[in-house]
Amino acid sequence: MGFDRRNFFRTIAVAGATLAVGSSFGAVKSDEEAVEFQGMLYDSTKCIGCRACERVCAKTYNLPEPKDELKAGVIRNTTETQRTAISNCITSKGEVFGKKQCMHCNEPACTAACLTQAMYKTKEGPVIWRGDKCMGCRYCMVSCPFDVPKFEFHSANPKIQKCDLCYDRIKSGKIPACAEACPADALTFGTRRELIAEARKRIFESPKDYINQIFGEEVAGGTGLLYLSPAPFNELGLNTKLQNSSYPALTKGFLYSVPSVDVLLPPLLLAIYEATKNNNSKEEDNE
Amino acid sequence: MNKKAQPNFRDNDGTPMLKFITSELKPKNKILTPFNIISFPIVILGLVLIIIRFAKGLGAITNLSQEVPWGLWIGFDVVTGVAFAGGAYVLTFMVYILNMKKYHSIVRVTILNGFLAYAFYTGALLLDLGRPWNVVNPIIGNNFGASSVLFLVAWHFLLYMMAELLEFSPAIAEWLGAKKAAKILSGMTIGAVIFGITLSSLHQSGLGALYLMAKDKIHPLWYSEFIPILFLVSSVFAGLSMVIFEGSLSQKIFSDQISDKDHKSHDGIIHGLSKICAGAMFAYLFLQFMVFIHGRNWDLLNTPMGYWFLLEMIGFVMIPMMLFFYSYRKRKIWLIRVAAILTMIGVVLNRLNVTVIGFRWNAATHYVPSWMEIVVTFAVIFTEIWIFRWVVSRMPVLRKSPAWAGHDED
Repeated sequence: MGFDRRNFFRTIAVAGATLAVGSSFGAVKSDEEAVEFQGMLYDSTKCIGCRACERVCAKTYNLPEPKDELKAGVIRNTTETQRTAISNCITSKGEVFGKKQCMHCNEPACTAACLTQAMYKTKEGPVIWRGDKCMGCRYCMVSCPFDVPKFEFHSANPKIQKCDLCYDRIKSGKIPACAEACPADALTFGTRRELIAEARKRIFESPKDYINQIFGEEVAGGTGLLYLSPAPFNELGLNTKLQNSSYPALTKGFLYSVPSVDVLLPPLLLAIYEATKNNNSKEEDNE
Repeated sequence: MNKKAQPNFRDNDGTPMLKFITSELKPKNKILTPFNIISFPIVILGLVLIIIRFAKGLGAITNLSQEVPWGLWIGFDVVTGVAFAGGAYVLTFMVYILNMKKYHSIVRVTILNGFLAYAFYTGALLLDLGRPWNVVNPIIGNNFGASSVLFLVAWHFLLYMMAELLEFSPAIAEWLGAKKAAKILSGMTIGAVIFGITLSSLHQSGLGALYLMAKDKIHPLWYSEFIPILFLVSSVFAGLSMVIFEGSLSQKIFSDQISDKDHKSHDGIIHGLSKICAGAMFAYLFLQFMVFIHGRNWDLLNTPMGYWFLLEMIGFVMIPMMLFFYSYRKRKIWLIRVAAILTMIGVVLNRLNVTVIGFRWNAATHYVPSWMEIVVTFAVIFTEIWIFRWVVSRMPVLRKSPAWAGHDED
């Protein structure tokens, strides 16, 4: 993760200024110490569907405690009052529990979409929402491939609700509330690199219990939330049709063209203006 | 100079400024017109709905959902409205950059239209913002989200509105009789035009680029990496069709403002624009065809969305394109107007197909705008027309500038 998308895009503004003089691209200072992204591993083979994570999440963030019952085969989604949701999924390997929450992408579409950096990828890894910056345009919701940000449509002072991986707890040295509350060790918190190694180890040690894939390792350019499952991930309600490359890269071509057009088009227009100014002059004028 | 001397429509000529403005504020036209009788209650109802929206949140009057966070107000008011306002940058390019004097008499009204469209339709954006009190954040740097397409669109909108105001400002100065200001402001026009065209080309395409990250949510027949270019090219004929449509209406409604000479030349202007529309539409159709071939979506054509796509492309791009060509050759002005209306329907369809109809086309429940969203949309459009009418009835927009301004070409 030495290559940080935020710095990468931040250079676009710099590139716009330097384009005209053609100075080199790599002149961006990176005085921030390289910190590894942290994330969470959800092992659905260990989850017992007790929903302690849902309850502690609601309690931590002053949200109403989820009252609805799990129904077998019904995928539950997060809502504007529920940042994480457990589902009882009927899969080809029988009954398996699934969990939904923010994926904390390495290169999040929502933070690239946000015009005020209210959606913000912290250097520790969690993607957080900052209400003092957000103007409520909901472009993050349009862009997020996992449909994670939820908007309080029925409030005059609406917030975006989504999991922030308990960023405040992480900063004070604790682990996310749901990982702490989980009685079955289904949730493991750690650096993304360690979690991938751990996930691989589990697959290697008991290949019969898992499909040989970690959801989140590659999807959407890699995510902070990682999934292990005995059944194909789409059976847990996860979208397996998403691209593996990063979503912000889809707008890169356009963003790159903006400074060039802004700088190059006006002189061209001025030149055409000067050339056509005396349209009425005749060929004989040359003589 | 105004040949039909109308005491009612005159620029300030020596009256003290305050007295003049007070006298201009009074209504000048009949109040009980059919348009006013229809539009007034809708605007009032719209205002009531807007109050409810700010008191109880967006969900109180819109059908927006967690799955479809952008609906009619973005897809129609902003994305479609801005495409129709594209006439201003195309015409200023033709008149000021290419020096095509033929179109000079309609350039002011088109700039006014463009400016009001931006002011109102992007003003309508404030209604759609959940936390509008933070709207200045990307401007004041709390924070600059420079990696965001929306950030670039917002800045280009803002700067373009200023450029358009500057392009229009000589008309305001002439109306107020401020001779010195009129001279200075006229001198800035060419600069405003150059930056206006640059900013337009980027935000017209930028509105399309907004949807690039929604790759998995938009129907593949409408999603491609070329959305920005398709939006830019289609804004050329969208804007010009609007100019043809609006110009034809203004010729009738404001006929007392328009000199005989301009009346006569208007058919020639429409005739010339029809050729440009046809050319731009040909380029657009060709691009759409290339994108379609490139996307390898042949199998999708034989689905309901495929028929819808073909209807848009053939019925509302190819047919009006051929009508523009035909009526240009045969010089049939009424047929050009028909083609312009068909083209406008096609642009509405295209923008809504990308932003609303094709967005989550495969979801279990579809977004359909509530009647309240539609009423607010109409309220915004009607208010804009009121302001447009107010300005046209007072400032030298359609009629000639006062003699002292001295930019009669003949």
